[in-house]
Amino acid sequence: MTTTIDNPATATTGTGTAGRIGDSPLRPDGTLKVTGEFAYSSDLWHEDMCWGVTLRSPHPHARIRSIDTTDALKVPGVHAVLTADDVPGLNRVGLEHLDQPCLAEDVVRFQGEPVALVAADHPETARRAAKRIVVDYEVLPAVTDPRTALDDDAPEVHAGHEGGNLVREVHIRREQRTRNEHEHSGEPVPEAPVVVALDFEVGMQDQAFLGPESGLAVPDGEGGLDLYVATQWLHVDQQQVCRVLGLTPEAARLHLAGVGGAFGGREDLSIHVHACLLALCTGKPVKMSYARDESFFGHVHRHPAWLRYEFGAQPDGTLVYGHADILFDGGAYASSTGAVVGNGGTLGLGPYNFPSVHVDARGVYTNNPPCGAMRGFGCVQAAFAHEALMDVLADRVGVDRVELRARNGMAEGDRNITGQLIDSAAPVAELIGRVRDMPLPATRAADPDLRDLPGGVANTTHGEGVVRGVGYAVTYKNVGFSEGFDDYSTARVRLEVLAGEPVATVQTAAAEVGQGLITVEQQICRTELGVERVVVHPKDTTVGSGGSTSASRQTYVTGGAVRAACEAVRARVLARAAAAVGHGGLRLDGEKIVGADGQVVAGLAEVLGTGAVDETVEWRHRPTAEIDPETGQGDAHVQYAFSAHRAVVDVDVELGLVKVVALDTAQDVGRAINPDAVVGQIQGGSVQGMGLALMEEVVVTEGRVRNPSFTDYLIPTILDTPPMRIEVLEYPDPHAPYGVRGVGEPPTISSGPAVAAAIRAATGRDLRRVPVRPEHITGV
Amino acid sequence: MRIELTVNGTTREADDVWEGESLLYALRERLGLPGSKNACEQGECGSCTVYLDGLPVCSCLVAAGQAAGREVRTVEGLAEGDELHPVQQAFVDRGAVQCGFCTPGLVVTTHDLLERNPAPSDPEIREALAGNLCRCTGYEKIMDAVREAAGAQR
Repeated sequence: MTTTIDNPATATTGTGTAGRIGDSPLRPDGTLKVTGEFAYSSDLWHEDMCWGVTLRSPHPHARIRSIDTTDALKVPGVHAVLTADDVPGLNRVGLEHLDQPCLAEDVVRFQGEPVALVAADHPETARRAAKRIVVDYEVLPAVTDPRTALDDDAPEVHAGHEGGNLVREVHIRREQRTRNEHEHSGEPVPEAPVVVALDFEVGMQDQAFLGPESGLAVPDGEGGLDLYVATQWLHVDQQQVCRVLGLTPEAARLHLAGVGGAFGGREDLSIHVHACLLALCTGKPVKMSYARDESFFGHVHRHPAWLRYEFGAQPDGTLVYGHADILFDGGAYASSTGAVVGNGGTLGLGPYNFPSVHVDARGVYTNNPPCGAMRGFGCVQAAFAHEALMDVLADRVGVDRVELRARNGMAEGDRNITGQLIDSAAPVAELIGRVRDMPLPATRAADPDLRDLPGGVANTTHGEGVVRGVGYAVTYKNVGFSEGFDDYSTARVRLEVLAGEPVATVQTAAAEVGQGLITVEQQICRTELGVERVVVHPKDTTVGSGGSTSASRQTYVTGGAVRAACEAVRARVLARAAAAVGHGGLRLDGEKIVGADGQVVAGLAEVLGTGAVDETVEWRHRPTAEIDPETGQGDAHVQYAFSAHRAVVDVDVELGLVKVVALDTAQDVGRAINPDAVVGQIQGGSVQGMGLALMEEVVVTEGRVRNPSFTDYLIPTILDTPPMRIEVLEYPDPHAPYGVRGVGEPPTISSGPAVAAAIRAATGRDLRRVPVRPEHITGV
Repeated sequence: MRIELTVNGTTREADDVWEGESLLYALRERLGLPGSKNACEQGECGSCTVYLDGLPVCSCLVAAGQAAGREVRTVEGLAEGDELHPVQQAFVDRGAVQCGFCTPGLVVTTHDLLERNPAPSDPEIREALAGNLCRCTGYEKIMDAVREAAGAQR
């Protein structure tokens, strides 16, 4: 619908090269994607390849007494059947902790855990053979309710793990102005005239990227191989693959195949090691591609969470203290649970100023599906609770809900709950005010189109029983990897003359997952080098790490690396030109070298005629720091990104059906490198957040997933999705390249709480759990 | 079994087809046409949409054998030479493509919609495309693309 870019401080640029930063050039892969020619990881094919499949555990927790592969090996067309005994290196993987076998050894810890592999001529042959593998399980007691995982009598998910079933806990404590030492415990108990509290529960969301986990491993005949795979971080995959295979990085080369979406679900390994094991064993190229049901077991999900919040405030609504107790279900293996807990703790009270803070966040092991990264990473769950509680507080003190947020919202120069100075824009009041001030959608027509009503063409209402509600939310999120992580990216830029024209080639290993990084890389090269033709080198491990395509970090970090590499190239080109013309003071303008007087002294192609200029740069953002283990204080994050949403919903209060009528956003992006792509990120992110509020949940009962399909796990369709009005603000972050601020995650965080608030407004119900189900609305 | 069918105007044969294979599998793995996508393989996502005798179908729900002797048109068969079909061009121009995995199915479904209804209203577009899931875009730019394609074809 309406999109506006507000740009208070963007510097104008001088040259005429099209497709620079601030423009919105088209994606270089767009044509291939609309014609079906773009090669995704599931499209790969190789002469003489065979297919790999995975046998998975049917039990949430069981001991493996024995595995008999005899019958499976007899199936004609089968080339290999592998178990943990066939793993040549260390049979452990994991992003933060090496706690997960790539194939189960003596114990399985979740339903769906990989147990054995089969390679065969045809995928159906492999599947049938896998069914003939006989695994003798002894079922063990399982931890399926994370709220009991830390009880003394809870079964141990990982025997001997220090801390039992606790993966990580974070404590945030801050001084309060109204300190009053409690006589008995010694804990500071803040006082506030107004106290509000609630409990909230967030269900397990799935990334539901459309391209299935898939890839092709091709052995090189010398003990090594090439793996073509869809991922978010080639280099960390390579480390993990090499560890399990016992190979050096030179022998296990990774290449990014076409990625059909990611959203965090491709940070952990899926087919990677399995395809490589089968390829090395058979000596044949091996393709693996999950069907959708297997995909639900083949990647981590967003952590379900249980949240208990209490805010204290002055009678005018000014916050005095914030307390939160947050529990994340990490599932059977840690994945990135530690970092999610870190985010939930350090960011869990939202973008507000609290004089006094008491936050505990914990992540625990259970025998539920492993949980890890998903867009919004620990902030999504917390946002539902703090935004619901801000509405409760607003109503209690009689202050408008938007006004209460504006009054307590962070601004530049404030310190957040870990004591970190917010040293760039934090326009909380402006963002929430902007969404409030946007025009509201028209009231429902007297004779509405069925497709605009809750229930749609199911024809469940013509407007009777339908009530409209409006809800607001404002949230914030860290950008980049935090808590002292060495977060860098590597870029190589080569400038040379090809067919008489200067051409730049940019190479990074940073994964393009659909977000448009390759377009951004081209734009930065055009901006810095003034050339029109920029080739993006295929993504692989022949250049240094680009870091993960997650945490909204690639335009910032890999963008920073590409800019730095371009600057190094440009300096060499200008030095070469200066030597040729006998004086300095030169600059690049378009494809010309220009002197201080503006006169062209040489063509770029002419200067490059004597040889290509090729530079590789590793680039880091400002360092972050670990937080204090007792107080949680510290400069944990490098950048914060803020967004606000207003949702308007029509609810059929008799049937519990919801139609989102409008979902409007205001977000500060620092500097929009590619404004159209920025808007695309906000639109897509908003709908994912809406999905969690309304319909998306992996239902797990006693450790078993009940709905591993797109029939039963619903994601929003185009009929479920409203028009979106988006206002993009550009307040440059002086510490970031070009002033950019991460874009991808914030809208996923603020949209869901706004939708939930709108449903509460329409129904008058508390709705302390998402996704909101029809029975929660009707009270049946 | 061996099946013979017409794909994008050309007669094609596939040998050793297992009876349980879908048309989608045959197109992708036997006929070298992986443009139709395999996101759910149970008829929920629309990413595998192709024309079968002129009607759009989820090719994952059609047995390969059922397509024998019939005409299939896939996303690979929409462009005229190097020139994109206006629907394809609109998806590129309007930024309706992010990861693109849903795009082939959406392009075929939109192509079919505009064949039947050259000037669809917004609710008509949404209803026609409701069987095609997209996880990246939030559908707004897809709406823009369909409106633009409809305008371009008029």
